[in-house]
Amino acid sequence: MKLKQTIGTSKITPYVFIFPFIASFLIFYLYPIISTFIMGFQLVYPGQVEFIGLENYRKLNNPEFKVALLNSFRYTIYTLLLLIPLPLVLSVWLNSGNRTINSIYRSILYVPTLISVVVAGTIMRLLFASSNRGIINTLAIALGAEPRQWLLGGPSQAMILLLILALWRWVGVNIIYFLSGLQAIPDELYEAANIDGASGFQKFWRITIPLVKNTTIFVTTISIFGGLAMFEESYILWSGTASPNNAGLTIVGYLYKKGFQEGEMGMTSAIGIVLLFIVFTLNTTFLKTFGFFESEGRQR
Amino acid sequence: MTIVKHRSVNTIIKHIVLVFLCLVYLLPLYSLLLAAFRPGRDLLRYGITLQTLIPTGMNFANIKGLYTIREGIYFTWFKNSLVLLVVQASLALFFSSFVAYGISVYHFKGKKTVTTLVIFLMLVPIQILILPLYKLMITISLMDTFWGVFLPMIVSPFAIFFFKQYIDGIPRDLIDAGRVDGLNEYAIFFRIVVPIMPPAFSAMAIFMSMQSWNNFLWPLIVLRSGNKFTLPIGLNTLLTPYNSAYDLLLIGALAATLPIIIVFIFFQRYFIAGLTSGGVKG
Repeated sequence: MKLKQTIGTSKITPYVFIFPFIASFLIFYLYPIISTFIMGFQLVYPGQVEFIGLENYRKLNNPEFKVALLNSFRYTIYTLLLLIPLPLVLSVWLNSGNRTINSIYRSILYVPTLISVVVAGTIMRLLFASSNRGIINTLAIALGAEPRQWLLGGPSQAMILLLILALWRWVGVNIIYFLSGLQAIPDELYEAANIDGASGFQKFWRITIPLVKNTTIFVTTISIFGGLAMFEESYILWSGTASPNNAGLTIVGYLYKKGFQEGEMGMTSAIGIVLLFIVFTLNTTFLKTFGFFESEGRQR
Repeated sequence: MTIVKHRSVNTIIKHIVLVFLCLVYLLPLYSLLLAAFRPGRDLLRYGITLQTLIPTGMNFANIKGLYTIREGIYFTWFKNSLVLLVVQASLALFFSSFVAYGISVYHFKGKKTVTTLVIFLMLVPIQILILPLYKLMITISLMDTFWGVFLPMIVSPFAIFFFKQYIDGIPRDLIDAGRVDGLNEYAIFFRIVVPIMPPAFSAMAIFMSMQSWNNFLWPLIVLRSGNKFTLPIGLNTLLTPYNSAYDLLLIGALAATLPIIIVFIFFQRYFIAGLTSGGVKG
């Protein structure tokens, strides 16, 4: 017979345990979101507000915000194209062969993740210095290419720089995720495939890819969030929100600029709501894919 | 025979690619290590050059800069970062495990909603909430205080989810045994469950500490006075578009980075565990 919960407990005990979460949710998530939502329809002056309907959203229809949106979306798509296949292939490699050597590779690729964005961005700025003597330009010249003004060279250079920084900082984390997905695949499947004479590529395509599907969806989701929320990298590379031709301006960068530098509270709230809407939609799709809504916390 | 040969060629290619990749990945760190001991004006003019990377003629005078520049404010930043790390990580561990226990062990009205909410918030990037949070900090007068930096972070949805997964795996008999012994529910948590959670606590402690140590955007907004800055915020002030103070910046960056790398070398498995066991498997 199962002991009933009533010994030494009362109906409120569970709520005492979850209280910190509820309080933090109300204060640090729900209240800010509601107030942002309201402010999105307001013109905010110091000491007074005026409701202006959708005017703040209409004002978002400007070239600068479009550049920011485009940069963020481009960055997100490129990081997905780089930061999913590459770590997947690397993790398949690291999942077979000598374990000690593999763990050394894995650790080295993971180390950049530990480094603060300020430090990482500073090193990148110096490696990609515009002078002909900068190490990357030296390398470019040695390979017969033109030296470039990396930081000030315009949109494509800016994007390359941001992507290299992302590759350096995030490959290690995604490898860890894929490795944990791979380790959940039973060896028997590969053994059976070996007996059937499957090639390495066939095993990868027919067994590995389908069975790491959930990990891939998870990594894709966090990468999309990471991509859309990207700001700090650009802030460090260009020392703030002013990059030449807005080459490094992102959605959050625009939000930061409007809100914290120009004090446009209403408009900033509108940007926040647009972003929240995107995130909400993606999040719901993700949770549905994993069936969190039907059966809570089910292990897969 | 041909198959064996084919395999070993593949293995050699794999190792060549991996070794090359690892060298590329280590290059920025190696650069930092050497550039930290080079004169700042050369770095400002040329960036990191081939000469920077040849380990000769190091100038250790930069270390002195840590003590002398702006009356040794670097150590104030270091201390601030440490204080925040300890406070934020310990509070986050306590509150998150407390909440996780409630969600994992009990059946109560709204359990499903709370669980879904935790998972949902886990994925919401803090960046989109900074403006309203900033307004909130002004309203409750927590701007330019450490409280303002760590309070919004101490109930971490990610840590709650992580601990919940861990507690889900603890045999319920253990908890029932506590009840038979007449312990109340809180005593069961503190005296039975917490003592068997060190592996989970270690993993999250490392994870939370690293997050706090490297946290950039939120402290950048909350902290205003130089003597309250954390390391990333302080170092950031040395970085300007055309005239960065690389003398202090790089040696400071090195001194801020080395501790994490050393901790990583010794506690690697906790780093990995913190990332994966709370995440989605398969």
